[in-house]
Amino acid sequence: MTSRLDKRYSRPEFGFETRMIHAGTQPEPVTGARQTPIFQNTSYVFHDVEHAASLFNLQTFGFIYSRLTNPTVAALEERIASLEAGRGATCSASGHAAQVMTFFAFMEPGDAFIASNRLYGGSVTQFGKSFRKFDWRATFVDVDDPENVRRALTPKCKAIFVESLANPGGVVSDLEPLAVIARDAGIPLIVDNTLATPYLCQPFEWGADLVVHSTTKYLSGNGTAVGGCVVDSGAFDWGRNDKFAGLSEPEPAYHGLRFWETFGDLAFTVHAHAVSLRDLGATMAPMNAFQTLLGIETLALRMERHCANAQAVAEFLAGHEAVGWVSYAGLESSPYHRLAGKYLPKGAGSVLTFGVKGGFEAGVRMVEACELFSHLANIGDTRSLVLHPASTTHRQLTDAQREAAGAGPDVVRLSVGLESLDDLIADLDQALKAATRDRASTTERARPRRRAPVIE
Amino acid sequence: MSERLTYSNAKIRRILNDVATIAMVGASPTWNRPSYFAMKYLQEKGYRVIPVNARAAGGEILGERVYATLSEVPGPIDMVQIFRNSEAAGPITDEAIAVARDKAIKVVWMQLTVRNDEAAARAEAAGLEVVMDRCPKIEYGRLNAELSWGGFNSEIITSRRRRVVSA
Repeated sequence: MTSRLDKRYSRPEFGFETRMIHAGTQPEPVTGARQTPIFQNTSYVFHDVEHAASLFNLQTFGFIYSRLTNPTVAALEERIASLEAGRGATCSASGHAAQVMTFFAFMEPGDAFIASNRLYGGSVTQFGKSFRKFDWRATFVDVDDPENVRRALTPKCKAIFVESLANPGGVVSDLEPLAVIARDAGIPLIVDNTLATPYLCQPFEWGADLVVHSTTKYLSGNGTAVGGCVVDSGAFDWGRNDKFAGLSEPEPAYHGLRFWETFGDLAFTVHAHAVSLRDLGATMAPMNAFQTLLGIETLALRMERHCANAQAVAEFLAGHEAVGWVSYAGLESSPYHRLAGKYLPKGAGSVLTFGVKGGFEAGVRMVEACELFSHLANIGDTRSLVLHPASTTHRQLTDAQREAAGAGPDVVRLSVGLESLDDLIADLDQALKAATRDRASTTERARPRRRAPVIE
Repeated sequence: MSERLTYSNAKIRRILNDVATIAMVGASPTWNRPSYFAMKYLQEKGYRVIPVNARAAGGEILGERVYATLSEVPGPIDMVQIFRNSEAAGPITDEAIAVARDKAIKVVWMQLTVRNDEAAARAEAAGLEVVMDRCPKIEYGRLNAELSWGGFNSEIITSRRRRVVSA
């Protein structure tokens, strides 16, 4: 067995499936309600002025205002923290908001961080374009060789950011050596664990310090609620050097409080609520937290079937005459198959990409010919989804960035859902056949615009 | 770094339920210091917390007179809570052992990040119970489901309904 940089807060006493149902949600003590109530509420009554002062000074636990904390959102935070075996979690309005909040904790203007060049296109745009407005500089490197990261480090670098399983592309990051590089540099390794979920991959076990999620995907699972989360392992020493002043130095807005000294391994999560949510305001809505809690209750079951269906679909596509290539780490032909076995032993997720013979045009035709796979920009739904990244999610990138992200012109991305496998394969088969028919038949398929809606 | 110490929930719960009077060594009179936060919280939960701090001796913290040493604290002390660094925890533990019989001390508790294995061994040999590298405020909040309000992993899984005690 390899030597692990185990940064998990502790080894959980209960199994994953028990925690996905129970963690964070004890019976509601006042009413006895077993399912978590939706606290659709903005503000919380103080016992007296002294109690209010203690709350505002962060001297006691409790609720003030739902921009900072809300009981339903807190239940979800604890559940995700438990599933990741972390110390604490902070939910946000979306996965993008979670990423802003994560960097906001310790980045100053002029600071830099290193990110994988295979990140989800939305993250590349956020880091490469919008973060520049804060003068936060992302350096994108090919992390397949972790030494590329070490070579790109500068004194201004505050973090390393990768996806455990990249979106799209079936790329698996080699977390263990990346964690060693981060540890040597005295900076946190941040892992986006959205596509893997804590059921398939446990980044803290491999030495990651922070985990971010778009909870919109498999955690919520039904395509109903947009949300995000950042989980802290509790193991990173924010006072180890002078790079993390936001957490280790006095905070003027809290009368000179030092979060790291005062809250120890709770510091990152306290700061995320008390400073980042307070001032960035990208709070998760209680209803979304409730729907995500419901989704997580079946996470392990869903992920097992997602992975089984995706594996079968990948194998079907790999043998299809209209398909040039398939990128799925569950296939033995994948260069990431070995890493998937190490970091994702229960399955390689359910997002995969493949190339349709015929390039951009064929990719577009294939997506438009699907009858069961829904053409939309999301992943991790019970429904199977299909997308042509080059014309949608990765449209804002340059050609080079698209190639690096595995979103070239012929690429089609699937998020394989939980429908009957035979039906999924039949739909892909007919769509591929339609896409690769000669141009004449495609033109024939194109219909003139109608004036009134017609049932097709 | 050595492995994080583990204590059963039952042990921590029993200590926090049995203890009534806590001598807090290293309690600070400055309102935004961590020890002040902990003392204020523990007072709100009904504990009597007596500050011990040579530099602040003779003064008051949160309505309690400050003593220079453990032996000067009048009356019994159930638990000595050490809010000093790991090195300083050694002599403070020895002082607690020295007055343990006189003050009826049962527990020595070292604050989060404070750990002194040799001192702990001496205290346990003297019949005292020891907890290290934990904060009693955080542990109280964790077992009482208050820590969960902040999005923390309490590690408590239960299907039982807690009794609500009205204030």
